[in-house]
Amino acid sequence: MNILNILDEIEKVDGEIYERLSPRRKAMKDFFNVGKKISFAALPLALGSMFQKAYGQSNPTSVTEVLNFALALEYLEWNYYNRALTLATATYIPTGAPRAAITTIRDHERAHVDLLKGALNITGADSYTFADFDFTAGGIFGDVYTNYQTFLKVALAFEDTGVRAYKGQAPILKGNAVLTTALQIHSVEARHASHIRQMVAANVTGASGLKPWIAYTGNGNDTGVTAADGVYAGEQNTTQAGIQITAINGTAVTQSQAAESFDEFLTGSDVKKIANLFIPIKKLT
Amino acid sequence: MKNKELETQNEIQETSFLNGSLGRRSFLQYAGASAAGIALVAAGCKKDRGYNDVNMGATLDFKDDFGVLNYAYALEQLEAAFYVKVASAPPSTFTTAQKAYFQDIQFHEIAHREFFKNALGTSAIGSLEVDFSSIDFTSATSVLGAAQAFEDLGVAAYNGAGVRIKSTDYLVLAGKIVSVEARHAAYIRDLISNGSFADLTSLTALGANNAGGLDAALTPDKVLAAAGKYIKTKINVINL
Repeated sequence: MNILNILDEIEKVDGEIYERLSPRRKAMKDFFNVGKKISFAALPLALGSMFQKAYGQSNPTSVTEVLNFALALEYLEWNYYNRALTLATATYIPTGAPRAAITTIRDHERAHVDLLKGALNITGADSYTFADFDFTAGGIFGDVYTNYQTFLKVALAFEDTGVRAYKGQAPILKGNAVLTTALQIHSVEARHASHIRQMVAANVTGASGLKPWIAYTGNGNDTGVTAADGVYAGEQNTTQAGIQITAINGTAVTQSQAAESFDEFLTGSDVKKIANLFIPIKKLT
Repeated sequence: MKNKELETQNEIQETSFLNGSLGRRSFLQYAGASAAGIALVAAGCKKDRGYNDVNMGATLDFKDDFGVLNYAYALEQLEAAFYVKVASAPPSTFTTAQKAYFQDIQFHEIAHREFFKNALGTSAIGSLEVDFSSIDFTSATSVLGAAQAFEDLGVAAYNGAGVRIKSTDYLVLAGKIVSVEARHAAYIRDLISNGSFADLTSLTALGANNAGGLDAALTPDKVLAAAGKYIKTKINVINL
């Protein structure tokens, strides 16, 4: 956690950061003192308040953009799970382990929403509510509110997208303490994805072979849900930093294991395209 | 400008370390690590400072990305060695599906290990000698417990080390690997207790925060302390 790196990153966006901060040394001093007392997890909130003091209004563009982008995805996920859990239909998500797992995931997404709102100094109502989403994606997943299998397929697409989305934003947060928080959310999404994949394998017709990790297929999509092709584009990659992973150094690593062993990232614009399928009006730009 | 100051400070610290006068802060770091069971280079003893001497074990020098990558390489060596042992003779109660997935995990970790070895080239540390005497490889409970510990620790390690990585390419690569470790962790946790895939409360000691929905994240000294009992090779940590 290096405050100087954060300031250095901001300096790239805002060359006057030190000047902005220097007349407000007390704000900085307060921040450092507070930093000793607060937990690691609360840091984004403290960072938000420091930037608020330095800028008066908002965070530097790039960091703000990443956090807002992440927040929009968390709104989408939370509303999806929360809607499913609050539907009265008892047969929709079976009680017991399935309902418990979806509740765990729903609660994490809410925690992420609250954390990101705090980091962005957003108070008050959520900027996206259930009414802002169409989880049928214009009819592609028409029975998503009544069919458990369809519900799981869409959940799977959201979780695997979430993993790829956070990964893609990491370079913008490089060297910044916020990066650690983003990585901590990122791996939670991966844990969700792993579990949802097991739920899909157990419940979705024809998906019994789905693994907790993303297996090799020609177009990267191992789920059999063709509408989700965009979510998995590029996951078939087996070359990392110019190094071929299949049979690397004479080992027995197969093509599928090579693709499975590294999750790929998605660019922000690709993620927005996917998310916007579920957002009729207030689209992400 | 500020960063340069910091780098200079690090260099001074390093120099004084080599001259045998450790700063108080460094000393505390080393003392803490030592108490946690990591073998350390005899700090301050000039003739012992050759970090490339094989007899001195492996040195992780965190002054740059090579140190972080070697740290990841060390952990992947440990994980791969564990799964190779499990996959070659799985506990008798493992199902066919479990055996197949443990084969997959074995080769994922081998892929990670060999990737780092190739990416580091001549900067790579040597092969670590492992110590799995605390694990009963015939017992599914023991094997799954150890697997969960390795995977959760791996997630914590990558999450905690990300902020140290200076190269964008390697930051993304670490991100590509950590989510696969998290997928492993969730799968193994579900085998032990279905639904515990993301029990963040149980990961508090590894830096997770359930209220924030945040996974584990630990600094390298804490990770190495936890991994220490599985590694025979001395691991020297400098410039952390």
